[in-house]
Amino acid sequence: MRSPALAIGTWVLGLVLGLSLLAPLLAPYAATEQHIVQRLQGPSPTYPLGTDQYGRDLLSRTLLGGRTALLLGVGAVALGLGLGVPLGLASAYVGGRTDEAVMRVMDALLSFPSLLMALLIVTALGASLTHALLAIGIANAPGIARIVRSATLGVRHEEFVLAAHARGESPLYVMFGEIFPNVLPPIVIEATIRTGFAILTGASLSFLGLGVQPPTADWGLMIREARQYVFLSAWPLLVPGVALAVTIVGFNLFGDGLRDRLGRVG
Amino acid sequence: MTRYVLDRLLSIALVLVLVSLIVFFAIHVLPGSAATLILGEYATPEALRTLEREMGLDRPLAAQYLEWMGAVVSGRWGDSLAMKQPVTAIVALRLLNSAYLAGLALAAVVLVAVPLGTLAALRQRSRLDLAILTASYVGISVPEFVTGMVLILVLAGPRLMLFPTGGYADPGAGLGAWLRHLALPAATLTLVLLAHVVRQTRSGLVDVLRTPYVRAARLKGASEARVILRHALRNGLLPAITVLALDLGYLMGGIVIVEEVFAYPGMGRLIIYAIQNRDVPLLQISILIVAAVYALANFAADLLYAWLNPRIRYA
Repeated sequence: MRSPALAIGTWVLGLVLGLSLLAPLLAPYAATEQHIVQRLQGPSPTYPLGTDQYGRDLLSRTLLGGRTALLLGVGAVALGLGLGVPLGLASAYVGGRTDEAVMRVMDALLSFPSLLMALLIVTALGASLTHALLAIGIANAPGIARIVRSATLGVRHEEFVLAAHARGESPLYVMFGEIFPNVLPPIVIEATIRTGFAILTGASLSFLGLGVQPPTADWGLMIREARQYVFLSAWPLLVPGVALAVTIVGFNLFGDGLRDRLGRVG
Repeated sequence: MTRYVLDRLLSIALVLVLVSLIVFFAIHVLPGSAATLILGEYATPEALRTLEREMGLDRPLAAQYLEWMGAVVSGRWGDSLAMKQPVTAIVALRLLNSAYLAGLALAAVVLVAVPLGTLAALRQRSRLDLAILTASYVGISVPEFVTGMVLILVLAGPRLMLFPTGGYADPGAGLGAWLRHLALPAATLTLVLLAHVVRQTRSGLVDVLRTPYVRAARLKGASEARVILRHALRNGLLPAITVLALDLGYLMGGIVIVEEVFAYPGMGRLIIYAIQNRDVPLLQISILIVAAVYALANFAADLLYAWLNPRIRYA
């Protein structure tokens, strides 16, 4: 691998994925198991990374919290792709006034900070993990539609598209069977980087009390709860904080590395 | 240029109409009407219906929207449900507080990021360059609520107590106290933004330093300082300005988190307060204002860009 970013990113992401998938096997305690006498302790042989304000094991909660983060990040980006990809493809494919109108609306939505958009949707729906996922997914859709559209415009007049038309293929087939595979690289790059940011936004919502609800193990929520006790013990803040930062660094490095490797297409 | 400005103003108006539609319908159409938001999830159906009639919520939505927009445009913003005060008075103070915070953070970013990015570009591939790049990568990836709380832990803790852990002091009460309250929240925002701008300054300058006109300036015998400051930076900074404009959007979101972490009474904390207290009139206006500020700030950044880059100005 030429790009060190891709190599490091792959390792970091592999580690995060592996630890999260194996979390139920690796975690020494259950996420909600309380040892109230041993609250807010530093690392010890019994609790390798210390305990939180209810005496819950921080290592176990952080490992299991990784599952929540990945579920939210991957789920939200999948939803964003589900909405944004067809919209971007269709808009560029149809072109003309429709395209212009759709993109004006997308630009307007994009010029609305995405955290605020997510906040607004969560307010309307109520605070929960599912609603945070929905909100972040919807907030991601306009940006993805924009990228897909510009990549599609780049290949719309290529010969393989014209050939498909000449064969009399349906517009749906041309969009998803011919154009889509050819605009996949920029979509994959975009999706990787967006997953990191979706995890960050999800953690921010949970931190504000508008995402994942207690007692679920979630990094943003753990940091929210650590706030009150930060001068008694820094571990409840630092352990999930480092996990969150490492995960996002992993996604960013991997995405940037992919971009260098696959090049900017479209 | 006039046409460009008019075109942009028109699209800002379009954005604001769209945002107002989202703000209005997100709260009125989605499950959980405004009455549910106010009375809570466990309100009886009768109580909901009575409140809906009182608030005029049983009328057609389009009529309600137009009436609300009319009130917003003419400045009749009504009273906050939770604070029992006119929304205008609450918002004016909070907006000013957020402006102090954002302004200080942006100024710090420009003052620190441009020299750091320039240094990294001039010493390409040196250890210093690598250190600056790595630090900026970490800066992007650590969430602002973690950065903020680590700053509190280290600098505002019982050991050092250099800064207050949060809150706000009126500038009238003394400049020192005011700045001490602003320092940590502004530093948190700065650290995250810094990363973006350093990277862009570096890559912009690296590209420019390779161009023939910079070589020409060197061959002409201009001093290195003059080559960098007068010739290279002027063009090299353009990508950084674009990123700064994009970062304004981040800043609007980041400020919500940072104000919450430091209990700083600005627009961001006001929005969270309005959400938590189901204060619909306050929430709608606050979000609309933040969207308007963001659209206008972006517009200002574009104008600055055009002013610095003649290729766009005369296009």
